[in-house]
Amino acid sequence: MILGVDTSLGTAVGLIGRDGRTLVEVANAEPLGHAEVIGALMEQVLASVGDERIDHVAAGMGPGPFTGLRIGIAAARAFALGRGIPVVAVPSHHAAALAFYEQEAPAQPFAILTDARRRESAVTVYEGLDVDGIPHVVVDTVLVPRAEIDRRLGALRRIEVASLSAAALARVARRALAAGRTLAGSEPLYLRAPDARVPAAPKRVGL
Amino acid sequence: MSAIEPLVLGIETSCDETGIGIVRGRTLLSNAIASSMDEHARYGGVVPEVAARAHLEELQPAIERALAEARVRLEDLDAVAVTSGPGLAGALMVGIGAAKGLAVSLGKPLYAVNHLVGHIAADILTPDSEPLEYPTIALLVSGGHTSLLHVRDLTTDVELLGETMDDAAGEAFDKVARILGLPYPGGPEIDRAALDGDPAAIRFPRGLSRASDLEKHRYDFSFSGLKTAVARWIERAEAAGEPVPVADVAASFREAVVDVLVTKALAACADRGVPRLLLGGGVIANRRLRELTLERAAAAGVTVRIPPLSLCTDNGAMIAVLAAELISSGRPASTLAFGADSTLPVTEIQVAAAGRAAESAVAGIG
Ligand SMILES: [Zn+2]
Repeated sequence: MILGVDTSLGTAVGLIGRDGRTLVEVANAEPLGHAEVIGALMEQVLASVGDERIDHVAAGMGPGPFTGLRIGIAAARAFALGRGIPVVAVPSHHAAALAFYEQEAPAQPFAILTDARRRESAVTVYEGLDVDGIPHVVVDTVLVPRAEIDRRLGALRRIEVASLSAAALARVARRALAAGRTLAGSEPLYLRAPDARVPAAPKRVGL
Repeated sequence: MSAIEPLVLGIETSCDETGIGIVRGRTLLSNAIASSMDEHARYGGVVPEVAARAHLEELQPAIERALAEARVRLEDLDAVAVTSGPGLAGALMVGIGAAKGLAVSLGKPLYAVNHLVGHIAADILTPDSEPLEYPTIALLVSGGHTSLLHVRDLTTDVELLGETMDDAAGEAFDKVARILGLPYPGGPEIDRAALDGDPAAIRFPRGLSRASDLEKHRYDFSFSGLKTAVARWIERAEAAGEPVPVADVAASFREAVVDVLVTKALAACADRGVPRLLLGGGVIANRRLRELTLERAAAAGVTVRIPPLSLCTDNGAMIAVLAAELISSGRPASTLAFGADSTLPVTEIQVAAAGRAAESAVAGIG
């Protein structure tokens, strides 16, 4: 079994079985309050597990608002540490892309869009699944000002996503494990440098 | 769980130190700390987003180090403890996420505790020390807080007497260091610069110390006026074409900070009839602060307790031992619903359930 945890949008926790099917999935759609709900959601998912062992934890690495995003990654890593099992880092957009693909199996490329705050969207363009069954990235994740999306994406099909499936995230992880592939590094997909300026010389206060 | 000497792992991420500590009852087993201070140096102060990013990367290695040093396994723990406030909301939330993930994974109780009360609890872990006697006045001074507390009982009764109205004392050191062209963090730099200085060379103002201020702010602190006074003094000297006596400015500034801290702390001891003073927080590293406290306390008949510096700066062991005390006194675990509370009042020693939605306060960061 693989436990999926993602807080890149709302808070999503899910569990898939050995065959990849969703066993249980819970979510809180609020874009805030991740710290408050993450523990209870994880507990809820565990409560529905029998004696079968969880072998891996899939962590959604974003993109997403940083403060919330980190909560899920921290929880996923600590959970894995507690069980002595590995964490599989998965770009969160892959989960959205797989869920969309499972639903519609589109023949054309499509773009997954999520809110990146500051009047920008995070955009990843996919086309089908690759040989390992993992959504195939055509254009890696970038931030696009919302005002420019029409011009930049043109006729490309847009899938605006406001919540993620943690089970789909776990499924992507399962396929990556089967193929022996690494899909994301250990650092979240921040896409922005921290908001901090190197200070100028001290201001004069005046005599 | 053994209620007498519970084995507790504490997680602290309220500012720029990622702290993981393990205690068995009142015995310190390990105290792993990773600081992101170097990453903040170029900004001249702690940048919340930089701190939060560092916590996420440092947590797991710190937990592993703490376990190895303590020679215990996660399964052996009786409980997990975490700081839920006060502190930087985005930084606190990383620790809370990890604490919840760990507690749920292990099926262990989770205690959400108050960072400031944790600083007081650090005293329990001081090697070879007699148990902390109550009541005591506590002066907590760091880059993030400057608080004066009346502690009647560590687990049930802590009163906030006063705190800073603007900058924390440690922040004042950082800002004045910058004015003097010294690097961050300012505390040790000012200390070094003050070595040959005359603390009485310049009479800088003591914030909130006038009779009119004392009525309303007897135990409160203010350091932003002092910072401005130092800047103004230097500008005046430069305008007059005089060389700036850095050593004297540093020594006189430090004296103003330390004087006001010690004066107010001892006033609280006298007013409350409490002959005990406990120091905590990273600024306790300041030699002059320790010196003047000991000197004046001795004259006032007040006993001073100063934990070792590794327990004064932010750390996870103080969080673990506070939870261990709560467990020993029979307190139930926190529910899983609590969040981060950047302004958690000191009276909330343990957070039982949902806090005030603090995440909204930092929603703009991402
Ligand atoms: Zn502190």
